[in-house]
Amino acid sequence: MDLTIAILQGLIIAATPLVFAAIGELVAERAGVLNLGVEGMMVIGAIAGFAVTFETGSLLLGVGSAVLCGMGLAAIFGLLTQVLRSSQVPTGLALTIFGLGLAALWGQGYAGHSIAGLQPLHIPVLSELPVVGPVLFSHDPLVYVSVALVLATAVFLRWTRGGLVLRAVGENHDAAHAIGFPVVAVRFAALLFGGACAGLGGAYLSVVQTPFWAENMTAGRGWIALAIVVFASWKPSRALLGAYLFGGVTYLQLHAQGLGVPIDAQYLAMLPYLTTIVVLVLISRDTAKRSLRAPACLGKPFFAST
Amino acid sequence: MKPMRSLALSAAVALAVAGGAQAQDLTKVGFVYVGPIGDFGWTYEHNEGRLAIEAEFGDAVATSFVESVSEGPDAERVISHLAATGHDLIFTTSFGFMNPTVKVARRFPNVKFEHATGYRRAPNVSTYSARFYEGRHVIGLIAGKMTQSNVIGYIASFPIPEVVRGINAAFLAARSINPDVQFKIVWVSTWFDPGKEADAARALIDQGADILMQHTDSPAAMRIAEAEGILAFGQASDMAEFGPNAQLTSIIDNWSPYYIERTRAVMDGTWTSEDTWDGIADGMVVIAPYSDKIPGDVKELAETARLAIAAGELHPFTGPINKQDGSLWLAEGEIATDEALVGLNFYVEGIDGVLPE
Repeated sequence: MDLTIAILQGLIIAATPLVFAAIGELVAERAGVLNLGVEGMMVIGAIAGFAVTFETGSLLLGVGSAVLCGMGLAAIFGLLTQVLRSSQVPTGLALTIFGLGLAALWGQGYAGHSIAGLQPLHIPVLSELPVVGPVLFSHDPLVYVSVALVLATAVFLRWTRGGLVLRAVGENHDAAHAIGFPVVAVRFAALLFGGACAGLGGAYLSVVQTPFWAENMTAGRGWIALAIVVFASWKPSRALLGAYLFGGVTYLQLHAQGLGVPIDAQYLAMLPYLTTIVVLVLISRDTAKRSLRAPACLGKPFFAST
Repeated sequence: MKPMRSLALSAAVALAVAGGAQAQDLTKVGFVYVGPIGDFGWTYEHNEGRLAIEAEFGDAVATSFVESVSEGPDAERVISHLAATGHDLIFTTSFGFMNPTVKVARRFPNVKFEHATGYRRAPNVSTYSARFYEGRHVIGLIAGKMTQSNVIGYIASFPIPEVVRGINAAFLAARSINPDVQFKIVWVSTWFDPGKEADAARALIDQGADILMQHTDSPAAMRIAEAEGILAFGQASDMAEFGPNAQLTSIIDNWSPYYIERTRAVMDGTWTSEDTWDGIADGMVVIAPYSDKIPGDVKELAETARLAIAAGELHPFTGPINKQDGSLWLAEGEIATDEALVGLNFYVEGIDGVLPE
């Protein structure tokens, strides 16, 4: 039982960076922008979170800076693709390379240092409940922020006027423009949200999960987040599920090895990816479902007709 | 991810190369790293060796490097780029660079290549490695003495002989003084992914490990050990900064003497293809200062073993040793040959779990 609880706790830690990055990218894609720079925004968030926490001793400032730096990178992407209308795919790839390089440069003096890291919360009564307490109510604050963010995004997209406008922009930007919605501004805002979330995801890695700074420490999580968005068929709740599933299987296979499950480690390492593919196949069988469709204007450049 | 990487790499190569096209008698030495220099582990130490070359020869040499090169088609492109741009000596510092190195070497017979931890040589390709297993023997003894739970967690990268040797050496040493000790081994299928290494460390601690060993490149496991209040051994570099309370000691890879010697050989024109496998005796494997947490008698035990290995009186793989399936590997008093160690692909008796093929 104790082991099960420990596994569930570890699973949530492993999945949280993915939750952040995926929900941010999901919003950007619902607005019709494909930003492949998630990895770059994450890694810049990781170094910003670590460096500022190290310098100031304040985790709050550190995490705040990670959000701002993620947004900064997203703003560059927005400027290039929305204002100057560069192509989104190569710009996103370039943003990742830029982010990795900039983070490595910034982080030169910080490799080898340590910070205390964000500690789990202790919630009176709730944290002391058996099983449920340690699994659900003994995490660091960012875990709750990530879940709240997913809920808020789901509500926003589904039930608010702003969400409707954002979706309209993503589905048909010409029509949205004709009605008078500010397509570029909406997309810019969505991108900034995506950058903020990716920055948070990166910061989670460097101030909670490990906690230290090393170059390239995101190690491809940005790309996994992009896959989770597709896996989630652009729905926030499914993105949460996808991130937990992916993080969970990754973590479980480590445990399975420790427990001596007689399966080759390579097969276990494949499991998260296999699961992703299997679920993708299962959910896309029903092609008639409209909800599985990507936003119609995803990745398409927008030229305002006058 | 591949195209992005290669773009970054081409840019890095172009930059590295632009830095070094000068005089004719300048010796140019190139390095291909599998991870970032800032990993504070494996690649960090290779780069320390590169800096040692610069310090030793000053203006007579120019060094360049490309970091974070993935072990695939990218590697061949990077190596041939270095070879084509006037490098006299190229060090490729990961097992997975073996075939690309040999392939490129065939096309550039005048360039000298040095491949770390592999076994394929050619007239212009040397191989070199360190007998890390000697260090593993020492830390295995310490672990066997110091574990309370009798569970040692081992974070392994890929099931290549190098890593398998380390597990076996540490396990045999630990078992020799503590018959109850168990190893829990987790393969993470990566050399460098701090997040995953940290997850693996957490998983092992959850399963009762109170001492961690690792054969991956980042100090993530050390950080987790420090945070959870357990003990750990550093890998490749001294990781005491990351775990001031957790680190018992560390196996340090010291490449500098070898790199300086090989560069000098190229400058003198005396370079020949060789197979170097040095250990504690030659200073290629160094044991970091022992933590104060280690009691005096355990320290003495470890130190005695280290000195005996250095003097050639003790070999970590001395029979009787059985394979995991119980069949005989080494008879009483028999010492494993280097050939057997180079191709080692099985666990010894007593280790639980399946060795991935």
